[in-house]
Amino acid sequence: MSDHHPSSAISAGVRHVEALLESRGLLDPGEIDARIDAFLAGGSPANGARIVAHAWTDPGFAGRLLADANTAIRELGLSMAGGLQEQRLKVVANSAAEHHVVVCTLCSCYPIALLGPSPSWYKSEAYRSRVVRDPRGVLREFGWEPPADTAITVWDASAESRYLVVPRRPEGTDGLAEEELARLVTRNGLIGTAAV
Amino acid sequence: MSRINDVGGMTGFAAIVQEPDEPPFHADWEAHVLALNAALIRRGIYNLDEFRDAQERLPVPEYLAASYYERWFAAIRVLLVEKGVVDEADLEPPRG
Repeated sequence: MSDHHPSSAISAGVRHVEALLESRGLLDPGEIDARIDAFLAGGSPANGARIVAHAWTDPGFAGRLLADANTAIRELGLSMAGGLQEQRLKVVANSAAEHHVVVCTLCSCYPIALLGPSPSWYKSEAYRSRVVRDPRGVLREFGWEPPADTAITVWDASAESRYLVVPRRPEGTDGLAEEELARLVTRNGLIGTAAV
Repeated sequence: MSRINDVGGMTGFAAIVQEPDEPPFHADWEAHVLALNAALIRRGIYNLDEFRDAQERLPVPEYLAASYYERWFAAIRVLLVEKGVVDEADLEPPRG
């Protein structure tokens, strides 16, 4: 995938197709803007961070989350049904023995309903091609590498299945409230390209 | 048969580039393409699998040269023509 291109020609092309479809009754006036607003208001990594912080502080929830994430996240008022179709969500938890990383080698499958739009690097051929061949090398480029005796498992998302990583809870955070813990969790941590 | 999108394990792509504080879209038209696709799928013009398929069978040089949302728009155009919604000639904005 190449970088973001100069956009005047394609911008005119998109406007033209929108107007064409509107003139044929296949788009409602204002529909595109409303959909963009709804999309931008939809997901954000803060949702994933809430799930992680709750799992860190409530072992019962953590168990339900790992067993059946689609059902468990409804306890927090979240859902994977926000997109065009409900996707299966599998949540995987990091440990001293195993670190998890998520990719979509075929395209860009990502839990948008929970995390919002994915970063460009997640959609790039560079990440998709390499993380399954050399996950440790890729993590090193992201600035963090699990200990040598930690196994790395890479999960390949698909049209029907999405993945979310529960990072290990950092040491020295025993006294923190759930909201404070949530602020420690980053988008890369939820994908598995950061420790937290 | 694997298609050009099936890049898992392939070598030779450029380095991974992270963009700090990346916005959801890099241009307005990208957001419009995303919304347009959702609207067409909701209307049943085509479904999500057909949309993925249309991207994956773009000509390989076009696929590799295109940015993420350029691929989306190319797939939308392909499907609008194949589904008989518009003629190919109608897709081009009038020049001038």
